[in-house]
Amino acid sequence: MELFDLPLIWAFIIGFGIIMYVLMDGFDLGVGILFPFAPSEGDRDTMMNSVAPVWDGNETWLVLGGAGLLAAFPMVYTIFLPALYIGVFLLLAGLIFRGVAFEFRFKARTSRYLWNWAFAGGSTIASFAQGAVVGAYIQGFNTVDGVYVGGALDWLTPFTVLTGLGMLAGYSLLGSTWLIMKTEGRLQEWAYRITLPLLAAVLIVFGIISVWTPFVDDLVRERWFSNLTVIWVLPVLTLLCAFQIFRSVRNRFEGMPFVATMGLFITTYLGLVVSRWPYVVPPEYTLWDAASAYGSQMFLLLGTLLVVPIVITYTAWTYWVFRGKVRAGEGYH
Amino acid sequence: MELDPLLLSRIQFAFVVSFHAIFPVFTIGLASYIAVLEALGFKTGNPVWLKLSGFWTKVFAVVFGMGVVSGIVMSFQFGTNWSNFAQATANFLGPVLSYEVITAFFLEAAFLGVLLFGRNKVPAGVHLFAAIMVATGTFISSFWILSANSWMQTPAGFELINGVFHVTSWSEAIFNPSFPYRFMHMGLASFLTGSFVVAGVSAWYILRGREVEANRKALSMCLWLILFIAPAQLVVGDFHGLSTLEHQPTKVAAMEGNWETSSNVPLLLFAIPDQEAQTNHFEIGIPSLASMILTHEWDGVVPGLKDVPREEQPPVAIVFWSFRIMVGIGTLMILVGLTGLALRRGGRYFQSTWFLQVLRVMSIAPFIAVLTGWFVTEVGRAPWLVYGIMDQAAAVTPSLTGGMALFTLIGYIVVYALVFSAGVYYLMRVLYVGLEDQDDEEHEADRPARPLSAAHVPFEYGEDKHRNPAKQGGH
Repeated sequence: MELFDLPLIWAFIIGFGIIMYVLMDGFDLGVGILFPFAPSEGDRDTMMNSVAPVWDGNETWLVLGGAGLLAAFPMVYTIFLPALYIGVFLLLAGLIFRGVAFEFRFKARTSRYLWNWAFAGGSTIASFAQGAVVGAYIQGFNTVDGVYVGGALDWLTPFTVLTGLGMLAGYSLLGSTWLIMKTEGRLQEWAYRITLPLLAAVLIVFGIISVWTPFVDDLVRERWFSNLTVIWVLPVLTLLCAFQIFRSVRNRFEGMPFVATMGLFITTYLGLVVSRWPYVVPPEYTLWDAASAYGSQMFLLLGTLLVVPIVITYTAWTYWVFRGKVRAGEGYH
Repeated sequence: MELDPLLLSRIQFAFVVSFHAIFPVFTIGLASYIAVLEALGFKTGNPVWLKLSGFWTKVFAVVFGMGVVSGIVMSFQFGTNWSNFAQATANFLGPVLSYEVITAFFLEAAFLGVLLFGRNKVPAGVHLFAAIMVATGTFISSFWILSANSWMQTPAGFELINGVFHVTSWSEAIFNPSFPYRFMHMGLASFLTGSFVVAGVSAWYILRGREVEANRKALSMCLWLILFIAPAQLVVGDFHGLSTLEHQPTKVAAMEGNWETSSNVPLLLFAIPDQEAQTNHFEIGIPSLASMILTHEWDGVVPGLKDVPREEQPPVAIVFWSFRIMVGIGTLMILVGLTGLALRRGGRYFQSTWFLQVLRVMSIAPFIAVLTGWFVTEVGRAPWLVYGIMDQAAAVTPSLTGGMALFTLIGYIVVYALVFSAGVYYLMRVLYVGLEDQDDEEHEADRPARPLSAAHVPFEYGEDKHRNPAKQGGH
């Protein structure tokens, strides 16, 4: 007896997990992308310290996402990963270099510049790969009977390069507004200065993607230009968030730019979900096609409902412990 | 030359898994040891325990960090290189691996920070609790992973519908026939690994006359543990072997190098298995002993490799020799335990330079034993991935080309070589600096709750205040 529409429930849980990951690891990846352009080496210390206590936990959501997809939507897992084979490797290699750089940079003296590059390079590659994954998802996959049959580099198209760049710009914006919130003095000044150009870059790339996407896929075009007009509230909200970033940076608010950037990400994400719903492996398979067995979804749901609230409580507690400004010279290391 | 994606994927998975395996097997044992030290410190108030705990927590932090990073790669390997396998087994493996993340990863993450940086921030009891929770987390993690692995060896509690596994009984699937033995075998292996590393490092410090009192305490504890655990491992290993004989007879045949099913099978001490000719060369064995060990009867029947077609036999030589190395090291471990007992009266082992040197060398032995043990169990089930049901060729990603598999294989080797040589080098530095470097306590509280940051030893040589090792001898 199938009492609940479990695939739908799991779609919400995993959708929630993905946006959690994007927002949380997004800002610390953004700090990594901005790393080489920081005013000074001391500022780089401060930048790293601002994310050092929390990035580990942020990244755990990615592992949960991988395992959760295998458990709830194995078809997504077994089509995305082979299709994005090279991209996944780049993502993992980037995350490894970056993770280790966090640990060793503060202990290094003569080799510090190498860890600087490992941190910045790893963050940039991982972010670009994530953006390309989003682009590949919009593009769709070449499958036969639920198995990927395309080539190794099918995902690499001008469109996915653009979404990759879009992710770089978006994460940088999350990073710069995070720094506005977490730092002060010269570094904060610098973060204020780069935020509006980054916002412009994000809007331009997102704009091109929004115009391009309907041409990439018929379904997306139909979704946005059919009688379902209520969804146009999402781009309107996105623009409002962008305006809010602009206004709050002009007014020198410290927390609002970051909050508004998160809003920008959430509305864009919802726009993407709406474009594709209910297809999780476009152009063919819906979330119900891709779901695992009812019993398996139920077995995991029980534990998830029990444990994940505790996980979220702990995460919130960690952020609480490390709240407030990070000052130069009094870092955590 | 045609590149074979299946072969390259097998090499890649073996490389990544072998590399990853050595970290958790050490951290599981070490986490329990740290919890014991914390408990002793809490109970007795003797600062020596907390000094030891502080030092080994630093080592733990570095090794744990490397284990986590290499582990992330593993969770994506099923999808990238073995997507048919992932598709078929997702109904069981998906929830099991997810449960590992939500019950173990987050527990470890939550309490590791308190263990590493909380000594001055939380009450002593809470700190002890954190140490116990981290140790518990490592065991919960190995519980799920070994359940998943054992299920692939001895699948249970499922039905196949259109080539996809559907779980019919979660308890039968999770507690599948080989799981209890494998879980115990790995648990004891973790304790042995922790004991031998701590014993070896302590012996090295004692040889150099550094922090002798604390390191003697540590060494004494480890030798007691080895004395009891090493023989216990032999017994558990025997039960594990009997379970394997029941469920995976071909694997046992490969371990014994036995080609024909027969009685009075000798225990081979040396042989060169020849898979081409389906026979052994240069056999030296003890008559009937393999029959005795496996069936507990001198004329018991032991299965032979020829019971299955040539293409269903595992690579015999690898299994045969890995098994002998593992058992050989296990025997050495028992000898070390007994020697330690013989030298215990009056603390003679602290003076016995040769015994301390043996312990030093033996500190890498458990890692070899664990790796060869994994080779036995993993290579031994070849060509099956899910034993008797799904073979490796059916499991590999259909769209994978040899070129792609080679590209990522080289990529992972390069990334791991770069990153982990830095990690291991840094670990050596932590060991070299040793227990004396317990200052900076007042800064502890300001450091982030992340693994490697707990160790604050400088990365390069020549920048710390410690002596040149060459000048330190003769204490």
